[in-house]
Amino acid sequence: MARYDRAITVFSPDGHLFQVEYALEAVRKGNAAVGVRGTDTIVLGVEKKSTAKLQDSRSVRKIVNLDDHIALACAGLKADARVLVNRARIECQSHRLTVEDPVTVEYITRYIAGLQQKYTQSGGVRPFGLSTLIIGFDPYSGAPSLYQTDPSGTFSAWKANATGRNSNSIREFLEKNYKETSGQETVKLAIRALLEVVESGGKNIEVAVMTKEQGLRQLEEAEIDAIVAEIDAEKAAAEAAKKAPSKET
Amino acid sequence: MECVFGMVGEGFAVVAADTSAVHSILVHKSNEDKIMVLDSHKLIAASGEPGDRVQFTEYIQKNVALYQFRNGIPLTTAAAANFTRGELATALRKNPYSVNILLAGYDKETGPSLYYIDYIATLHKVDKGAFGYGSYFSLSTMDRHYHSRMSVEEAIDLVDKCIIEIRSRLVVAPPNFVIKIVDKDGAREYAWRETVKDADVAAA
Repeated sequence: MARYDRAITVFSPDGHLFQVEYALEAVRKGNAAVGVRGTDTIVLGVEKKSTAKLQDSRSVRKIVNLDDHIALACAGLKADARVLVNRARIECQSHRLTVEDPVTVEYITRYIAGLQQKYTQSGGVRPFGLSTLIIGFDPYSGAPSLYQTDPSGTFSAWKANATGRNSNSIREFLEKNYKETSGQETVKLAIRALLEVVESGGKNIEVAVMTKEQGLRQLEEAEIDAIVAEIDAEKAAAEAAKKAPSKET
Repeated sequence: MECVFGMVGEGFAVVAADTSAVHSILVHKSNEDKIMVLDSHKLIAASGEPGDRVQFTEYIQKNVALYQFRNGIPLTTAAAANFTRGELATALRKNPYSVNILLAGYDKETGPSLYYIDYIATLHKVDKGAFGYGSYFSLSTMDRHYHSRMSVEEAIDLVDKCIIEIRSRLVVAPPNFVIKIVDKDGAREYAWRETVKDADVAAA
């Protein structure tokens, strides 16, 4: 009788968990996702691969809310994401029911990461093939937070981060260009970072902005196009400024 | 001696509940809010065993919120009422809740509605309803004066008539009531009707 309780994720002789590393490969093949934390605004942006003509794009939402004050974007296996998001949503309400307080961003991140870790140490299951970017405002202090989890179950807080396809290029860009921003500047920074690897245009990226007062707001395609146009104009002006001084000398 | 009652008017539903928390002969407090805001456009007025009342209504509230996050749209009032009744029915022959509920809500498509849900999981959609000993008086008063599509003023006037009737005719009548209303702009507190204030106890 075959027994399916043997662990699938076991150590290799040189101390690697190959299943977890393969899961990270799956993440690297997923859509690019970027998160930027400002002083009063947090932004999530996700690459939207060209939607099929007959597909209703509204049914493919890549940035979801877990509670009134917490949102999540991910890169990797979207079906795995559905399961994880569902469990997180239940935990958000369960926490409110038992302790009469909303979750903190750190709590729910720890919960999701814990879930991902459990699946690297259980029999007969494979790890979740996704990394998440979790944003939210602390319900008491009002401080904005951005966290990232990965298939191994580790998590940490970030000022800005990216995951998925070409995340290294995006992270490099962010490291070079990050500064404390607020409001619309934070949105622009996130979109500029995403445009490093994604084709320009509102129909190729999905952007959501979270503020303390209004919660999560998905930006319309037209809004994104407008901001992209602003960014392009700024880039053109910067290019022109570079050329102009050399003409004068 | 808990009194809960409510009715549907033109574009709104109103519910009123007494606000005393009683244990045998002791009144714990007279400003206990028994009408919970279930979501932006729903109210649950509950009466019965105090522990069950809070536990059950909070459980329903969190599950209604979960539905909204999972599905991106809120539950209709009818759906919430049926869900509530279902939970009561499931628990009935194992671990029953002793809670009577009037669920008032406003839906954009169908307007205001009121649902009567008693502790043994009866569900009725009604224009007016009431629970408790107070119902003997409030139901009769509403039967006499209620007509469909009342304005807010007319409805609150009728609510006040019921409160007066309860206060004068029920032997241990609760002193204070809270009135809440739900319409297209949402669920909110309308007014309190107090004869006894908890906070200012005279200094010795």
